[in-house]
Amino acid sequence: MSSATALTWFARHELRLAWREWLAMMTGGRRKRTRAAIIGLIVFAAIMHLPAWAVIGRYADVRSPLDKTSAIVLTSMIFLAFALMLSQAIESVTRVFYARADLDLIMSSPAKLANVFSIRIAAIALTVSGMALVLSIPFVDVLVLEGGARWLAAFGVVIAVGVSAAAFAIAITIGLFRLIGPARTRLIAQILAAIIGAGFVIALQIAAILSYGTLSRFAVLTSDAAAGYAPEADSILWWPARAALGDVGTLLLLLSASLMLLGVVMTIFAPRFADTAARAAAHAIAGRQGRGVRGFRQGSRQQALRRKEFLLLARDPWLMSQTLMQLLYLVPPALFLWRSFSDSSTAIVLITPVIVMAAGQLSGGLAWLTISGEDAADLVATAPLSPTSVIRAKIEVVLIAIGAVFTPLVAALAFLNPLQATVTASFVLIGAISATAIQLWFRVQAKRSQFRRRQTSSRLATFAEAFTSIGWAATAALALSIPVAAIISGALTAAILATTWKLSPRRA
Amino acid sequence: MKSEGSALRLRGLTKRFDRLAVDALDLTVRTGEFYALVGPNGAGKTTTLRMVAGLLKPDAGSVAILGIDALVEPVAAKQVMAWISDEPMIYDKLTPLEYLEFVGGLWGIEPEASQASAHELLASLGLGPHLNERCEGFSKGMRQKVALAGALVHDPRLIILDEPLTGLDAVSARHVKGLLSERVRAGCTVIMTTHILEVAERMADRIGVIAAGRLVAEGTLTELRQQNGHTDTSLEDLFIALVDVKAEAA
Repeated sequence: MSSATALTWFARHELRLAWREWLAMMTGGRRKRTRAAIIGLIVFAAIMHLPAWAVIGRYADVRSPLDKTSAIVLTSMIFLAFALMLSQAIESVTRVFYARADLDLIMSSPAKLANVFSIRIAAIALTVSGMALVLSIPFVDVLVLEGGARWLAAFGVVIAVGVSAAAFAIAITIGLFRLIGPARTRLIAQILAAIIGAGFVIALQIAAILSYGTLSRFAVLTSDAAAGYAPEADSILWWPARAALGDVGTLLLLLSASLMLLGVVMTIFAPRFADTAARAAAHAIAGRQGRGVRGFRQGSRQQALRRKEFLLLARDPWLMSQTLMQLLYLVPPALFLWRSFSDSSTAIVLITPVIVMAAGQLSGGLAWLTISGEDAADLVATAPLSPTSVIRAKIEVVLIAIGAVFTPLVAALAFLNPLQATVTASFVLIGAISATAIQLWFRVQAKRSQFRRRQTSSRLATFAEAFTSIGWAATAALALSIPVAAIISGALTAAILATTWKLSPRRA
Repeated sequence: MKSEGSALRLRGLTKRFDRLAVDALDLTVRTGEFYALVGPNGAGKTTTLRMVAGLLKPDAGSVAILGIDALVEPVAAKQVMAWISDEPMIYDKLTPLEYLEFVGGLWGIEPEASQASAHELLASLGLGPHLNERCEGFSKGMRQKVALAGALVHDPRLIILDEPLTGLDAVSARHVKGLLSERVRAGCTVIMTTHILEVAERMADRIGVIAAGRLVAEGTLTELRQQNGHTDTSLEDLFIALVDVKAEAA
């Protein structure tokens, strides 16, 4: 097989793997569901046109030359897409280093590693761009329908942004390896991915709260101050926005620049990819030192279980990054809360649903890790404890962890508005219990490392968890503003929960 | 040290998946005995032991562990028993010491006792230098040793092992065999499935041959030879003869 043929073959192999991974994610690993997944995806994309229209529809008539405010808003949206893609790409690269089972096979083969890893880098770029293209369809569709075919150029911008994000992600991850070593890179990269993904939106919200006393990020982008600081219309900063508006010359320049960037990254980093992967593997073999020798602790059997769960949660890099992201999302409402001390704004009611929703989401993740993600299931099952005691101890861990994260916020809220604090605390508890119950009804035996695929084990559980989180958040907000509507919203959410229980697999 | 009481007593134990996996199995293992359960792949060995350990619910039959009805009083039965599977399931993010502390806690052992026992067990299995290393970097053999130490730390009276020597090197396998023999000498009962017939031949007081979910032969090596009319045959030849006969009968 010639070198070129071998590379083409490997590229096909990578694409096939990426396609099957994506399909497994969509179908929950059940091949018979492919048709249902495609139909579901089409329906989802169709529904997504509504929020897309609400968010972006008003910009469809924007034309070149751009006024400063439109340029800022469009560029910010493109930058937000870049941040999200960069976050996803960092996660993909980390996974290639730490979790792909084929590195040993590839590295022990006679293939030229630099070439093989160049293809793997290109595959990451393609996957990230492909996913971004799919997600951008409703938004670009709305712009095309409302503003004309010129907006089709936005797809080109998405590709350019995706390719650049993949290039940056590879440079950042390998840079981290060199700087802090493989032991810390996994955790730091995941935290970085979380911060990058959420950071831009949160920063805009913080700026909006501090400057205009509102949670709306558009307040900053459309302000005179932002326009005052913005560069002139011919600045390179507006190229992505101009390209999205249909400026073909600028679009070609953008695409060329992004491909060139990826080429440079491939040339510099592909030869180091093998070395980096080998170091990551060596780190896994070497293991990490735990705490030094200390005395075994006294306690009940349930306490032993709870201690183990807390220890494992504290050592879980995914959970660390997710918790950090949830906490980051809570920074703007916390700041809003602090600002409201001085001007008793009624808008403070908005922070309750944010807190309730964050609690629901975090509880779902924690509950999966403690209930389904039991690495030594046989050991726990053969221990002299009733299954009820085991489950109770695990639920307690979830509720204690949620309490530890959210109590400071609720306590701060209690100083400003005791009633709102009580409502918030109640719905945090309800949201956490709902999410935990759903995980309990749909529990499947899995390894903790399979967390990324937890959503694929049951689509119903995933949607139920999301809808009940949203439902309880809305009910909490309504309880503070329109109590009668809260009864309806609460009843609907409880009905969702009851239906989920009814549809859940029978437990022995 | 042998006593006449039974450590394990199975009567009419039955389990069906797509096909009949365990077929009304009767089996008695005496206290203080080293019992090896051998049989071809899919014979029902692991299914039988998983039902004994409380990991699978039988469709019919009874399980008594040291006189305790395991289906009626599962917690009491689990208190005196340990189970180790061929695929060691431990926590990657815990160190061997932390793992053993957790197991000791689950079985309600006094911390002083489990700590002393943990150090001794881990050292005897050659894990002394790795006491405070997280298990994520351990080889399969090392993980198997950690799981074994976990099973022994609460001093069980019945130890059930499913292929415990899989993945162990010769030195480690000898360590494990030594440790199990020591426990049997101290009065503990060991029931083990194995594909390594030489181990069963050398270590077991009695051997049970299981095929198609039924016990087709049982006894000491000498008794098995006599039952089959051979006086100077290896267990391997006996095993093949017994399993072939069962296959023909089926």
